[in-house]
Amino acid sequence: MKCEELLAMLNDYVDGGIDPGVCEQFEKHLAGCNPCQVVVDNIRKTITLYKAGEPYELPVQFRERLHSVLRERWKEKHGAQ
Amino acid sequence: MSEHFTDSELVRRAKAGELEAFETLAGRYERQVYSLARRIVQHQQDAEDVTQQTFLSALEHLDGFREEASFSTWLLRVATHAALKVIRKRKGLPTVSLEANTEPQEGYETVPHPEYIADWRESPEQLVGRNETARLIDEALNELDEKHRVIFLLRDVEGLSVKETADALGLSEANVKVRLLRARLQLRERLTQEFGDPARRFEPHRHEQAT
Repeated sequence: MKCEELLAMLNDYVDGGIDPGVCEQFEKHLAGCNPCQVVVDNIRKTITLYKAGEPYELPVQFRERLHSVLRERWKEKHGAQ
Repeated sequence: MSEHFTDSELVRRAKAGELEAFETLAGRYERQVYSLARRIVQHQQDAEDVTQQTFLSALEHLDGFREEASFSTWLLRVATHAALKVIRKRKGLPTVSLEANTEPQEGYETVPHPEYIADWRESPEQLVGRNETARLIDEALNELDEKHRVIFLLRDVEGLSVKETADALGLSEANVKVRLLRARLQLRERLTQEFGDPARRFEPHRHEQAT
């Protein structure tokens, strides 16, 4: 297996959805290929960093406006209860 | 209090006309929807508009929501469509539905190979939470074009499966996979230039072109 061929399987390998037979070949290549080992590790770290990123806070005024718009539309639709 | 109910229970109550249940759902997911919108459209005001449209649309179409997907996946799908519509409008393109997607299948052969390969100087745990890191990962994300950015966000940030991402965007799973690979590789390249240790750099192997 060449480094190029690894690329097409990289997602399945990183996400754990790889066919066991292919996985064995993949890992055999990795064991002898430092650059590919590092690419796999870089990708895992990249995903981890983005997953760990904090969501944006809603601006306070926007949050108030949003809820008031939703309440108003709800009442139009369902009638005031 | 409705805070303790599951999403399904809240959806059931909201469908029965309980405003408080709907507001609890909105409160539960507004940050997630706003963050996704903000990361797709890269603009605060537009992200607010997308968030408002998303929840108004959820309010209108709640009766038709059959819970085949989770409520959050459904919302993220609505938000993604609204956000992409904003981008198309900005570019002066017709705001056609993504359902009629006729984008060609991208192939693996055109995916750029890794160039700058190096171990990172620090672990993600050390990097995360620093303002500088947040700025750099946002910048790298902005450099992706939106068709790759959206897929990376839905799959790797929001945690949708490949199938859910494909369904949300009206794309084939094969297309989602190849776009996701492009996105991951481009982000890896960019972040490794920032976080890589030049002393632990590896040259990519140059293989003979297969004939």
